[in-house]
Amino acid sequence: MQRQVALVKQSLFDQGYLDEQFMELEDLQDDANPNFVEEVATLYFKDSARLINNIDQALERGSFDFNRLDSYMHQFKGSSTSIGASKVKTECTMFREYCRAGNAEGCLRTFQQLKKEHATLRKKLEHYFQMARQAGPKETARRPK
Amino acid sequence: MTRDIAEDVPNLAESKLTALVVDDNFVNQSIHHKLLDRLGIQNDVVCNGKEAVDVHCSGRNYDFILMDMDMPVMNGIQATKTLREMGIECKIAGVTTRADEGEKKEFMEAGLNDFQEKPLTISKLLSILHKLNFYVQT
Repeated sequence: MQRQVALVKQSLFDQGYLDEQFMELEDLQDDANPNFVEEVATLYFKDSARLINNIDQALERGSFDFNRLDSYMHQFKGSSTSIGASKVKTECTMFREYCRAGNAEGCLRTFQQLKKEHATLRKKLEHYFQMARQAGPKETARRPK
Repeated sequence: MTRDIAEDVPNLAESKLTALVVDDNFVNQSIHHKLLDRLGIQNDVVCNGKEAVDVHCSGRNYDFILMDMDMPVMNGIQATKTLREMGIECKIAGVTTRADEGEKKEFMEAGLNDFQEKPLTISKLLSILHKLNFYVQT
């Protein structure tokens, strides 16, 4: 089971969904906080859902306040970078470039892609964490406090 | 994929360092808090520059502060300036995703002792502590 968990995780990196920062977070897990990464991921998805909602509402209003949109996306990119959400981070970067260029169509298009990547990552991480919980703690990887 | 778990992460609990995390982002708050915990550094967390100023006005003080730049209510630049004007001399390390040289310069000139780009990692945090003379890197 541990091997299956490792393979699922490897695929997330190989397919570019996650980067090195995710491993930095895993290194912080210890006996006191064995589910630290899952807790941070939960925080991330809660926070990013709020930001997606804010951006959706701003775009639906039709008035493109590029400064406000860029500000939302700056926060989104920050969280995504901190958790190692590589593909989401890339879309955030592109969205911000379109904001700076005042390109409304580019913003709309990129935002749709960003939402897709975000939803995919969420699904894949939920699956990974579920498998990891079923597999139990990895004795060799656990840090003593 | 294999990864060596860094068993040589130092425990600085004996030095009884204290830190204040100033960041409006809950994900970053959680990560920075945990990073400091891992190094044995007691730490508090506040959500913006004004709360950082308020906590010092209440009489609390810390060995160092990890200050985010972009925050609502009061940003990191203003908070750093205000703390220095209040006579708070503790070390302040700016942490931000912004890499623009102009913005970095403005942040440093507000009164920082060091600056690191997010995301923070154990090695970046150790680099900060080394720069602030709290830790000798070998």
